[in-house]
Amino acid sequence: MSLEINVRISGEAGQGVVSAGMMLCRMYKDSGRHIFAIQDYMSRIRGGTNFFQVRAAAVPVHSPREKCDLIVALDKDAVAANQAELAPGGLMVLDKQKYGIVELRERWVDVPLYALAQEAGGTIYANSVALGAVAALTGESFDDAAKAARREFSAKGGETAEKNAAAARKGYDYVSGHIKERLARVDAVPHGCDCLLAGSETLALGAISAGCKFYTAYPMSPSTGVMNTVADYAARFGIIVEQAEDEIAAVNMAVGAAYAGVRSMTASSGGGFALMCEGVSLAAMTETPLVLAVVMRPGPATGFPTRTAQEDLEFVLHAGHGEFARAVYTPGSPEECFLAAKRAFNTAERWQVPALIMSDQHLAESFTNIAFPDQAAEPPDRGRLLRSGADAPADRYAYAADGVSPRPVPGRPGPLAAADSDEHGPEGHITELAEVRVKMTGKRLHLKLAGLAKEALTPTIVNPGAKTMLCGFGSTLGVLRDACAAVRDAGFVHFPQVWPLPAQAALAGLQGAVRVLTVENNATGQLARLLRRETGLEVTGSVLKYDGRPFTVDEVTAALERGD
Amino acid sequence: MELKDFNSTDPVAWCPGCGNFGIQAALKTALVKLGRKPQELLLVSGIGQAAKMPHYIKANFFNGLHGRALPAAAAAKIANRELTVIVTTGDGDCYGEGGNHFIHNIRRNSDITVIVHDNQIYGLTKGQASPTSEPGMRTKIQPGGVILAPFPPLETALALGCGFVARGYAAEKEHLADLILAGIAHKGFSLIDVLQPCISFNKLNTFDWYGKRVYKVGPEHDSASKAAALALAEQRDRLPIGVIYSKPRPDYGELSGLDALPPLAGADISAVDIAPLLADFR
Repeated sequence: MSLEINVRISGEAGQGVVSAGMMLCRMYKDSGRHIFAIQDYMSRIRGGTNFFQVRAAAVPVHSPREKCDLIVALDKDAVAANQAELAPGGLMVLDKQKYGIVELRERWVDVPLYALAQEAGGTIYANSVALGAVAALTGESFDDAAKAARREFSAKGGETAEKNAAAARKGYDYVSGHIKERLARVDAVPHGCDCLLAGSETLALGAISAGCKFYTAYPMSPSTGVMNTVADYAARFGIIVEQAEDEIAAVNMAVGAAYAGVRSMTASSGGGFALMCEGVSLAAMTETPLVLAVVMRPGPATGFPTRTAQEDLEFVLHAGHGEFARAVYTPGSPEECFLAAKRAFNTAERWQVPALIMSDQHLAESFTNIAFPDQAAEPPDRGRLLRSGADAPADRYAYAADGVSPRPVPGRPGPLAAADSDEHGPEGHITELAEVRVKMTGKRLHLKLAGLAKEALTPTIVNPGAKTMLCGFGSTLGVLRDACAAVRDAGFVHFPQVWPLPAQAALAGLQGAVRVLTVENNATGQLARLLRRETGLEVTGSVLKYDGRPFTVDEVTAALERGD
Repeated sequence: MELKDFNSTDPVAWCPGCGNFGIQAALKTALVKLGRKPQELLLVSGIGQAAKMPHYIKANFFNGLHGRALPAAAAAKIANRELTVIVTTGDGDCYGEGGNHFIHNIRRNSDITVIVHDNQIYGLTKGQASPTSEPGMRTKIQPGGVILAPFPPLETALALGCGFVARGYAAEKEHLADLILAGIAHKGFSLIDVLQPCISFNKLNTFDWYGKRVYKVGPEHDSASKAAALALAEQRDRLPIGVIYSKPRPDYGELSGLDALPPLAGADISAVDIAPLLADFR
């Protein structure tokens, strides 16, 4: 028995790598293992070398491992591409005849994936044959593998599901009869976390739960996953999903619909978000609630379209011309994505500001097993939205002690709804007056920012007082968690919200630390700079990774032990 | 409703004698005839002199970004399909900066009425060429004269399948008011391109210049015929005004299923239940 196993299935785009990965996830999850799975793929529709990597463990896991205990190569290129990732004692499954391999190396296991798939009905079933082979090699029961295959293909009809289950049978039986190598079975501990969810899905579920009724975006990896999930459920929840002609249209549509009283959302990634910046500024000036998710990928420009980075922290903190208040959420797990979406809708309406949610490819597309999100959390709070016009002040931008004026919407009796992107007086008309400008800046910027700061999400602080404290935001939460569990005398501070920055709480969490390191998926240590700017704290150093890949727990553990 | 019901308190910042005043009078007249209250109307604009119109007529208004009136207007209509949504925009705002939105909102067939104050020049930035400026027109930026071919709004709209294409003239207020009313009545994207003299910067396309060329489309014109509409739209020596093309087609509300829903803005979101989705993620 072992505590965990790390299985990678690799092949070219179009070979069913993702389906195979999802089947592996469910096979291990449904038999009592915790899951953390990453997707690594190229920006192409066919070909290349992609992989889906599943870490299945007896305890909760939140980050990827470096080396794989089992690699399944679905084509010849995948053998060479993944050889270096094989852990000592690990196994590589390949199809010797199909790939034209003359001699098997040590720890290579020949399974005729394609001949067996052909027997099951066609080479398309090779991924299900592989599932069966993995099940047999890692001590899983065939029934669990078959159940996962049926679940994966149930939407395509019973016949497809059964053919895949039959293909899995062939892989399972072949290994049982012909292969003597085995990997230790992972301990199974029953757990209640039986949903398999990625960050983009929980972000979308959070938006649906928050009452989002209008979602508009222009497709861009890796932000599109959020739109896919909302679109899946749009009809059921009375949501209109509109694919905009460009990101500029998307953000202006989100603002227009929110102005008219609907909870609206848009999302994009680096370049698309760059196009949206003027709209962020518009939402601030018109004091219209805007919920916008920025799902990061490496730049500059087109960068790595399908890979991960945290390069846009400073960009998002400053996006949009002019000075105004905003909230920036940086959830670090699927659970936090759900809450961030719900919180962002409430914040945007309570304070009539842009509320931005930062995610990245790693968080958006990595699957983990969690309990279904608690939908009672963060019930909708629509702030000063006027439902009926009675007793409301006539001025849309009436000065208020906390900066937030009652918000009429068009189409209801009572005060008219004004919105102006020019500097305006309380009634919403264009002004050039200096004193009005100063008062409106106080309202939009100073008063709202002070209020937002009071409500900022507190950082997650684990092992305060440890000798080494790590700091991170967003998707590094998982790796911080796993690394600090593995190394003695290490703790971490994770920021689920970076603006307004809860500086005092963070400093308190770092007190007594000998070493403070930020862990960031960027090349410059943007969080370290933010901490210095807002708190005066100089961190000891930063563990940076900017190759487009997420941190592995091994990398962060090594940095801790090295004493960077 | 009476004209005074739409009087705004905001002082007008247009140049005295501007063609915008004629369009404002026509719009107010149309709104009186329409009979809806200011609360039921939404005027949306971008940036430019035309985009100030929403400040000068009492109604709900959204004065957004340069070029971006159409997406905001289309979305507000999605949010509350009971609103009458009217966009007041200019040739630079709608055909230049916002050209992509012009194309795609015609495709989207959003049920909005778009009044383009087409003065063939940039006024607010003080006299540069616009997308509809005539070749040869000299400006500070184009001292040798405009060299680009003008953007043809009517032909473009027709090519895109726009269901209501009209042209008005700022000096023909009653005629323009009727065009606006017909545009509002049309379910779908309605384009009303309005010839508008700019007395400060456009010394070429003056009231006199338009006066010699503008003529009203007569009853013999078959506005349901795209071929007849294109023939009118292509005229350059004389400028027909009136309904160039009008033919019903399904609008966004019908195509998207929005019309079958209660207005989104009124949705009760206090207890959205996502628990039934759990099984999908097991």
